[in-house]
Amino acid sequence: MDKEQNNEIGSLANVRHVVLVLSGKGGVGKSTITTGLALALRQAGNKVGILDVDLCGPSIPRMLSVGRPDVHLCDAGWVPVYTDAQKSLALMSIGFLLDDPDKAVVWRGPKKTALISQFVSDVAWEELDVLLVDTPPGTSDEHLAVLENLKKHRVDGAVLVTTPQAVSTGDVRREITFCKKTGVPILGIIENMSGFVCPHCSECSNIFSKGGGEELAKLTGSVFLGCVPLDPQLSSSMEEGKDFMELFSNSATSTAIGGISQTLLQRLQTT
Amino acid sequence: MADVPDNAPEHCPGTTSEKAGTSASCQGCPNQSLCASGATKTPDPAIAEIGEKLSSVKHKILVLSGKGGVGKSTFSAHLAHALASDSTKEVALLDIDICGPSLPRILGVEGEQVHQSGSGWSPVYVEDNLSVMSIGFLLSSPDDAVIWRGPKKNGMIKQFLRDVDWGELDYLIVDTPPGTSDEHLSIVQYLSSTHVDGAVIITTPQEVSLQDVRKEIGFCRMVKLKTTIFCTGSALFTEKMCQDFNLTLLGKVPLDPRIGQSCDEGKSFLSEVPDSPAADVYRTIVHSIQEYCSKRVTGDQDTC
Repeated sequence: MDKEQNNEIGSLANVRHVVLVLSGKGGVGKSTITTGLALALRQAGNKVGILDVDLCGPSIPRMLSVGRPDVHLCDAGWVPVYTDAQKSLALMSIGFLLDDPDKAVVWRGPKKTALISQFVSDVAWEELDVLLVDTPPGTSDEHLAVLENLKKHRVDGAVLVTTPQAVSTGDVRREITFCKKTGVPILGIIENMSGFVCPHCSECSNIFSKGGGEELAKLTGSVFLGCVPLDPQLSSSMEEGKDFMELFSNSATSTAIGGISQTLLQRLQTT
Repeated sequence: MADVPDNAPEHCPGTTSEKAGTSASCQGCPNQSLCASGATKTPDPAIAEIGEKLSSVKHKILVLSGKGGVGKSTFSAHLAHALASDSTKEVALLDIDICGPSLPRILGVEGEQVHQSGSGWSPVYVEDNLSVMSIGFLLSSPDDAVIWRGPKKNGMIKQFLRDVDWGELDYLIVDTPPGTSDEHLSIVQYLSSTHVDGAVIITTPQEVSLQDVRKEIGFCRMVKLKTTIFCTGSALFTEKMCQDFNLTLLGKVPLDPRIGQSCDEGKSFLSEVPDSPAADVYRTIVHSIQEYCSKRVTGDQDTC
C-alpha cells in the first residue's frame, strides 16, 4: 500500500489535537509529564493517545505498565497498544518495533530519521481527542523527522517542560527557538520538579529552586501552564507502571497536573 | 571531503555513510558520483590527524549515560575542577553535547569567546590549568538553537578534536549528551587511533534511568570501551546492576540542593560547600579515577 493511501485512511485523520512534548534538556520529566497529562485527560473523559519517539530511551511503556507487547500491522498501519479494554488510552512506542528492547539502539541520524518517518505516519490511531508526542531531549534528527511527518496532518503545538534551574531553562530557551524556527506554536511551558512536597506533612521545600520556568515564559513571551511539584509517590508509581493520578488524586502533584491538563485542553479548543 | 559538504542537499547521509551517493537525497547532488564510487568511504584521514594531535594528552575519560538529566555535565565539571586542584596538572574538558551545551554555564564561563590562531582554536580557560571547549562559545545568543542533523554534528566533533589547540594535557574529559547516537559513535570513532582510559557512566537509582544505562553499557561493550559507573542517590538496584555487568560502582552521591545551585551560579560545588557529604563522595570518586588512570598501561585497552 503506498504512503498516499495510508495518510488518507488511518494515521492522524481521526485525531483532533496533536501536542508535542519537548525540552531542550534531558531528565526534566518529559515522559513523566506526558504520561501524567495523558492520565489526567483520560480521567476527564477524553480519548488519548501517546506516541513515544525516543529511540534511545523509550520510557513510556514502563510508565504505563504495558510490558513488551507484540505490535501488529493492519491495512491502516501499526495498531497501537491499548492500556485498557475501553481503549481510552492508546500507546505506540518506537520501542515496540525494536527486536530487543534491552539492546542499545546505536544508530546515526539518517537511520533514526528513516524509522521515525515511517513510524510517525503509519500508526492506525482510531478516534482520539488528543495525541501527545513524547520526544527525546535536543533539537536534532528525531525532532526534525517527527515534525516533517506530523506537519502533513496537523500539529496544534508544543508543550515545553523545564525544571527550575538555569541549567535547564538555558537549554529550553533553545528549544523555544527551535519551535519558532520550525513554525510550531508554543502552547505553554511547564515547570516540573518545582518544589518537593513532603508526603507526611505536605510542606513544600524548594530543593531545585523555583520560578525559573515562569521567568522563562515571561522572557520569551510564552504562556506559563503551571508548576508540578516533586512527589516521591509519583516517581515510584511511574517506576511500577501504576496510575498515579488515580491512586494519589488528592496530592499536590496530581492536582497540578490535572489543572495543567485542563488549561491545555482549553487552549487547544480555542486555537 | 567534509562529512557533509557545504553544497550537499538537506538530507545528505554524510559522505562516509553506507548510503553515500546512493540514497534518495543524493539525487541531483554535485558530489553524488564521487560518493557513489566509494572514494569518500576510505578511512577518514582526520582519525590519524586526531591521533597525532592528542598524542600529548596522557589520559582521556568519557562521561556517559543513556539517560538525560542524571548529572553528566555536573560530574564532568567537578571532576575537572578536582583534577585541576593539583596545579601541576593540565586538565581540559570537551563538551560534545551539541544541542544542549551546559558546561559553559556550569563552569562560570558562559559568554566567553573562542579565539583562533595559527595553531588552531584556543579553548576557554576557567583557571590557569583548566580549559574547556563547547559549541556554547560559538553561539551568539543564549537563545540560539543548534538544529543540526547527525552528519553536521559529527563534523563539529571532528573539528573540536582536530582543530583545537589543546596543548599538553594530563587529562581530557569528554562530556556527552544522553543516548547512544551520532555523538557517541563519532567520539569513539575519532578517538580510535588514540587510547581512551575509559568511560564513567552516571545513573540515578530509578529503573527509568537504569534501563537506559544498561543500553549504554551495551554500547560501551560494542565499541570496546572500558567502563566504570557511579550513581546519584541510594542505590540498591544500581549495586545489583553493577554486579550483573561486572562493573565497579565508584560511589553513591546523595542529593544536595547546593549542587544544582552551584552549577547555576557557575561555581565549583567542591569549593562552595567542601564539607557536604556529597562533596566527600565526589572526592572519593575522583580519587578512584585518578588511581585507575595512573595504573593504566598505554595501549592496554581491556573490554569490560
